[in-house]
Amino acid sequence: MNRTFLYGSHKILGAKFVNFSGWEMPIHYGSQINEHNCVRNDLGIFDVSHMNIFDFEGTEAQKFLRYVLTNDVGKVENSCALYSVITNEKGGIIDDLIVYKFNNENFRVVSNCSTFENVKAFFEHNIKRFDCELIHQSNLGILAIQGPKSETSIESMLGLDLSGCKGFSFIVKNSLFISRTGYTGEDGFEIIGEFEELKKIWDLCISKNISPIGLGARDTLRVEAGMNLNGTDMTIENNPFESNLGWVVDFNDIERDFIAKKRLTEIKKTNQFKLVGVLLKEKGILRGGQKIIKGNIEGEITSGTFSPFMKKSIGLARVPIDVDDSADVLIRNKPLNVKILSLPFVRKGKIMI
Amino acid sequence: MNETPSDLKFLDTHEWIKIDDDAVIVGISDHAQSELGDVVFVELPAIGDEFVSGDEAAVVESVKAASEVYTPLSGEVIEVNEVLEENPELVNTSPYEDGWFFKLKVTDENLGSADNMMTADEYLSWLDGNN
Repeated sequence: MNRTFLYGSHKILGAKFVNFSGWEMPIHYGSQINEHNCVRNDLGIFDVSHMNIFDFEGTEAQKFLRYVLTNDVGKVENSCALYSVITNEKGGIIDDLIVYKFNNENFRVVSNCSTFENVKAFFEHNIKRFDCELIHQSNLGILAIQGPKSETSIESMLGLDLSGCKGFSFIVKNSLFISRTGYTGEDGFEIIGEFEELKKIWDLCISKNISPIGLGARDTLRVEAGMNLNGTDMTIENNPFESNLGWVVDFNDIERDFIAKKRLTEIKKTNQFKLVGVLLKEKGILRGGQKIIKGNIEGEITSGTFSPFMKKSIGLARVPIDVDDSADVLIRNKPLNVKILSLPFVRKGKIMI
Repeated sequence: MNETPSDLKFLDTHEWIKIDDDAVIVGISDHAQSELGDVVFVELPAIGDEFVSGDEAAVVESVKAASEVYTPLSGEVIEVNEVLEENPELVNTSPYEDGWFFKLKVTDENLGSADNMMTADEYLSWLDGNN
């Protein structure tokens, strides 16, 4: 099994490990709920070095990414980031990712761990006719420092001024790449750098009593934040419009061609499903795979959990587009009432529903 | 880590029983609660429910997953730990005391099958062998 350069540190901190797509990663260090609340109320540090970093360099780097991503990097300024998906020719989602633009000829993409082979093959296949080179940065790691106190904390620890680094932008300081992005719904930063440098930052954070956060809390935080997990809330069988991601398919520049553009134009008109938030009104816990019933129509919970912040069970569900207000979920064959909601549930420490 | 009381008997599905006259109290082991993580919901049987050993009698859900609790012996539910409905975290903090699930009335004949269950020491060494 793969391990990140911080495996030994996780072990010393008492992590319980889980096999996450072939990576032995910490699921929690004692209590997932405490870790979750640390990020909502204070701050926490995550090792997310299992994710993949691809750099794109060349005179046609922007042209290439405008073709392979559904969202349009053409509208992004230098030193800013953009969320997007990549799809196959049918408009089915291969992965979601964040792209960072240094300039028209230099970009960085961070994509999921579980999809590495498919994403790499996708880029390699499509890049051939562009003057652009793909570099998989397997010697770099990623730390996420998330929570309302992350800005002041990083500033004082690393002696940096982050006031110029607004949401979805990034700075490069010495050998560190620091972006104001994350997967928690809180203010926060992701730091990419060489293992040795990141290990120093990790150790510094731990010495300052910043809580290490496992993948368990990462998952409950992102569900509260209404953010999709690829492979769970969406797969290659799903298009962006039924995955609450219609907003990342950018048709504004009619001159721009991109993979599955024609197909996605049709899907946008004919799409029959949507991804929504669900809140369980009765006792129990929502889980992925549970059926949603309303009259004779059916949907499905894609992610379900207990929300440590709301102290209620919440989830994401794919339902027909005309389902709103309320429905039933089948838990162990019992129909229980759920409220259908728009996402997110929680943003920056506030309950949004 | 919670001390494992020596008067309990254990199953390989990680339930424990404590014999109390003609009844047994059922819960899940410290190892089981630790594997589950933070427990956030418990579904208990109803008083009067009758089970055959091996039946699914309760459900325990942590933040990450749902697990069944199987009844180790055949019998009738005579008491349930209702406190768990409001305080499911007791399963984590006190798996052998306050975190018990339900109490079954069992016949002498059925109680005999408890002899085949693991003692606390046997259970702990069985766990060690599996890790």
